[in-house]
This record gives sequence, C-alpha cells and structure tokens, in this order.
Amino acid sequence: MAATYRYNEADRTLVRERVAQFRDQVGRRLAGQLSEDAFRPLRLMNGLYLQLHAYMLRVAIPYGTLSADQMHALADIARRYDRGFGHFTTRQNIQFNWIELAEAPDLLADLADADMHAIQTSGNVIRNVTADHYAGATADEIDDSRIYAEIIRQWSTLHPEFSFLPRKFKIAVTASATDRAALKVHDIGVRLFKQGDERGFEVMVGGGQGRTPMIAKTVREFLPERDLLSYLEAILRVYNLHGRRDNKYKARIKILVHDLGADVFAAAVEKEWQAIKDGPLALPEEKVARIRRHFHPPPFLDLDAPNALRLAKARRDPAFDRWLRVNTKPHKQPGYAIVDISLKPTGGIPGDATAEQMDAVADLAARYSFDEIRVTHTQNLVLPHVEESALYDVWRALDDLDLATPNVGLAGDIISCPGMDYCTLATARSIPIAQAISHRLADSDVQEDLGTLGIKISGCINACGHHHVGNIGILGLEKNGQEYYQLTLGGDPGHDASLGVVVGKSFSADGIVDAVEKITEAYRRIRTPGENFIATYRRVGPAPFKETLYAAA
Amino acid sequence: MPLLKDGALADDPWQHGIGTLVDLEAWHAGRDAFLAHNAPLGLALKPGDAVETLGGDIHRFALITLDFPTFTDGRPYSVARLLRERYGYVGELRATGDVQRDQLSFLKRCGFDAFEVSHDGAVQDFAAAVAEISVVYQPVSSGAHDRG
Repeated sequence: MAATYRYNEADRTLVRERVAQFRDQVGRRLAGQLSEDAFRPLRLMNGLYLQLHAYMLRVAIPYGTLSADQMHALADIARRYDRGFGHFTTRQNIQFNWIELAEAPDLLADLADADMHAIQTSGNVIRNVTADHYAGATADEIDDSRIYAEIIRQWSTLHPEFSFLPRKFKIAVTASATDRAALKVHDIGVRLFKQGDERGFEVMVGGGQGRTPMIAKTVREFLPERDLLSYLEAILRVYNLHGRRDNKYKARIKILVHDLGADVFAAAVEKEWQAIKDGPLALPEEKVARIRRHFHPPPFLDLDAPNALRLAKARRDPAFDRWLRVNTKPHKQPGYAIVDISLKPTGGIPGDATAEQMDAVADLAARYSFDEIRVTHTQNLVLPHVEESALYDVWRALDDLDLATPNVGLAGDIISCPGMDYCTLATARSIPIAQAISHRLADSDVQEDLGTLGIKISGCINACGHHHVGNIGILGLEKNGQEYYQLTLGGDPGHDASLGVVVGKSFSADGIVDAVEKITEAYRRIRTPGENFIATYRRVGPAPFKETLYAAA
Repeated sequence: MPLLKDGALADDPWQHGIGTLVDLEAWHAGRDAFLAHNAPLGLALKPGDAVETLGGDIHRFALITLDFPTFTDGRPYSVARLLRERYGYVGELRATGDVQRDQLSFLKRCGFDAFEVSHDGAVQDFAAAVAEISVVYQPVSSGAHDRG
C-alpha cells in the first residue's frame, strides 16, 4: 500500500486531544470568556484565520503527501463545511474559505478521523514542514526527503520552547540536487547529500520573501545526519532569544542573520549546538530507520521496455503526446512515471479544486498510484507512481475533470495568492490578473515554445504569491483607490535562487497583461536556441525587456 | 496574585517579606552585600536578561521568576530550559506577568514549577490545561518522552 507515514496510537491521541483542546478554546470564545485578542493567537496556532468574509481554516498536509482516503476526507469537508471546493496553497496545504467558527471543532474532529490536523498551520510557530513534492519517486534523488521532514514534523509539533516565536517559521527539506522546494526562500532549508559515504545536510538559514526578500545563507556546509534535530534546536533557540520582537516586520530570522552577519549568527548557533549535540535529540541510525520504514517504496512491478507502448499511444493522439511531454516526469522505477495534475486550467483560479475533482483524483490515486497524492508548492497535485502503460487512461480521466491542462512548469502554471477577493491583507486583486494572463497565453504551442517560465503574482507586499522568485513577478499594490501592478524580472526559487528586480514604472490591471506578453515576445527574439527564460535574462539583463516595455509608450 | 505551585494554590513566603528578591542589575551591583546578608535570595529576570552572566551564582537563589510582559513573548521558555538543563538550577522557577492557562503545559514542560495566576478559580483551569495533551514528541527537562 501507500508508502506514507501512518499515525500510531500516540500520534492519534495527540491529534484528538488537540481537537478537544481547541473545542474548549472555541467554547470559551463563544461564551465570552476569551476576548478576541486573547483568542487570536490560540486560533492562529490551529490554522484558523478571520478573513474578509468568513473564517478560513488551513489544513496541514505535511510535506504535501496525502493518501487517497485523506483526499476523500478533504472532499467531504469541502462539501459539508465549505462551498464545495478547497484551495491548495504554496505551503503544500489546503485552505477552506467559508468556515463557521462554531463548526470548526467538528471539522477538526472529522480531519482527525483521517489522521489529519491543522496544528501549526499559522501563528508564530514552526509551520507545516514542506519537502520535494516528487520525494520517493523522482529519478534524481539520493533519498526520500519525507523521512527527514517527518522527523522534523514530530520534533516541531507543539514544541514547548518554540510555540511563541518572534514570527512564523518555515522549514523545507530536499534530498536531490534539483531544488523543487525553494529551500533558499525559507527560514531554514536543509538539503540531504552524501559526502563520500556519509550522509548529511547542507543547512541554509534566513531566506524569505515578504517586504524584505532575502536569499538564505549556508551556515553549515555539512551537518551529519545524527545532528539534524539538535542543530535545528540550536538555530531556533538563538532565534527565539535574539530575534527582534519590537517590530513584526523585522522579526523574521532573515533579519537576525542579516543584522548579525551570517558568520556571527552561525558561530552563535555553533556554540549553542556544541552544548546540546550529544543530548537526547541525537538521531541514531535506528531512529531514522524506524521512520524510514513508513516510507518504503510501494510494491512496484518489475517492468521493462515500457516506452514502446507509450510512444505508440502518443503517436495516435497529439494532445496526449503533449501532456506526456509537459505533465509527466521520469520515475526512478523503470516503467513508471510521475504525473503532474495541473490545477491551472485556462482562466481558472490557481490551486482551486472542487470536491468532485478531489474525489476523482483520490480514486485515480487508489487505482493507479499506490494510494498516493502530492500537493506541490506551485499549487498543483501529483500522482507520484503511475505505470507508463496506464498513462493514457489516466490522461483521459484527468482531461474529463479539466485537470489535464498541459502547462506544468510553463507560462500558464501561474502561482497566485488569493488577493483582495479573499484576503484581509491584500491591497490588490491577484486572481483576475492570473486568469487574464492565462487566457492571453492560453495557446499550448506558444507555451511550450516559451518553455520553463514561472509567472508569480502577489496581491500585497507579504508576497504569498512568491512574486520575488517569479521569472516574471507581479506585485499588486494600491494607491489612491487604484490598483496597480509592479513588474519584476529575474527571480528564481531553485538551486541558483535569485530575487527579481523591478524593471520600471507600474502598470494598470489591463496594462500588466500586455506587459507580460511583451516580455515573452522579447524573450523569443533574444534567446539563443535551447535557452530558457531565466538563462536569457541572466545573460542579457533587464535592458532589452525595459526597451520593449517602455520605449514604444 | 495567587500563587499556583505543584498544581495547587500555595502560600507565597516571598510576599510576606521572607527573603530578598533582586533583579539582575541589582544582583551584579550588590552581589557581595546580598550574600553577606544571609537571607534567602530570589532573582527576578526579564526577557532579554543575560542569564549566562550568573555563572555559579545560580545556585545561590531559592527562587527565580521569569516575567512574561505579554502572553506571546516566548523568550522565557528558552531561558527556563537553559536554567534547568544547562545550568542545573533546582530551585523554584516561577512564571509571572501575562500567564494564561493555554500556555501552562508548555511552561511546565520547559521547567516552570510555579505560576502567578490572575484569580483563585484558575486552579481548576490550570489543572485541566496541564492534562489536555498527554503525548509529547520532544525530550525536554520536564515530561521528556522519547516515543521515536
């Protein structure tokens, strides 16, 4: 069956007790024993926001892994407590936007029945741990990064010392040279790799977006596997004691690392770590092995010569052929493929899925992917282990659900925050901009020709839409009641992470759509054969793009 | 403020003038005089105080209070663990200030054993709060439990 972490009785007890605890907190709030001010940090620690129109609940999906049953449970919740849909986010979470406060405890109890929770999906705590969404399946990894993400999840859950941090705290994990988890824009990014025969981590600290975007610094080139948790604890302790608390905009660890200097910060962590490294947090191999057993590979069949069938089918149907090229990836097991499910239909709301779609994806996972589903930080879903011989049937089924748009990684695969349509913080709309750009660039031939291109849209400076690391980034702002959109170029979330740079004066809502199209046209003129957008931008800089945008005006 | 200790309301000798409660600055300024006085000593720490400057003096204190200026200021949790686990402090460790029932289990696990609470009725609340979550993942000074 599925190679995903299965709760034991202790995990189940904790989650059920947490539901009862929150039910009591909600009860005290509804009875007037708790003021909204006192209740706020409590509800936030459990993922419950008060948004523009209603409460929003964010459900944790640790390292983005879901079983088919869990996806069915999310579909049920969408129907019973929301308006029949959910929104998958850049944190590998799902959010429900129309929740009644009084019903939230029942919702959480239903989640607990499916071994799920909303613990630490908000608030100034260590948030839901994210990881490579192809973990356990991708051909280029050295290990399943979820093993370490699960170890971190357990350590960070209701951590008594770190439940009242200066600000929210985000940790991402990978175990591959290809960074699919945006490590360098996290508070901590850890990358497993091998140095000779020894396994250990590169530890990066102090990345982040928001109003002061920064790329994380490597504070430890090689941390032995056994020291993972003690080193994380040392980082968190230094941050908890020394992070700024006087100004919420300067309270993230990136500011502390920047103000101290990465070397001084690393030395402080090293000193703290030396005092605790041989304590009870040390991770002996047998402890790692215990968690590893949960992530054993599924019972793959011994397949050979799979490509003959694949090619024969593809040749008969160009639409399938395109989907194969764009929305599937090589699997480490011969005869299998990783299937990306695009939640970005042309003109759709990025990341939204209906209850019917969730149920159908769960059924496909049960039938074709050993019960497993992943949520990506790019707001898509993944069936990680599909036999190549089943790809045609899977594609047909996804296409019927409007989930087979062949745009994963391309210009139509836009990351967008909910913007002013849902969020109290937003200063501009972002969903309609994403929809308009996706219409403008709808042609699949054009998108495939443009190649890998990340367009990311945020409706305010908090940058939930990751615009800083968009190859083309769009930031919605407001001035004198008018929405306008700032364009940045050259951002990238991967191994060579970079922050986008503002190219010039801002655009209107209509103007930004034209501007994006002009940028793509300029790229096609300037590029050398085989050169993707970010490589072209890094070669030529912003000047030719600026000319295209502003010269004719 | 009522004092909650070991899960029950307790008499607070320090409020009756038994012993001397000093802050860190006063301690460093008048250490020798305090020690010569031969009365029980208590130390009142604020978030941000550099406890590492105490050295071996930590064992001179029968009481250390850690103040929570706000419910959301989490620094004293780290200080408490350092006092208990790093510096071996075994005396009373008391939470003062904005101490709410919903943080009590965290405080207790970090090594606090006494709490100044807002009202007598808090005893029942606090007893319930400590029992709310029985499973812990982290090995810490109190309630350490390695479940793997």
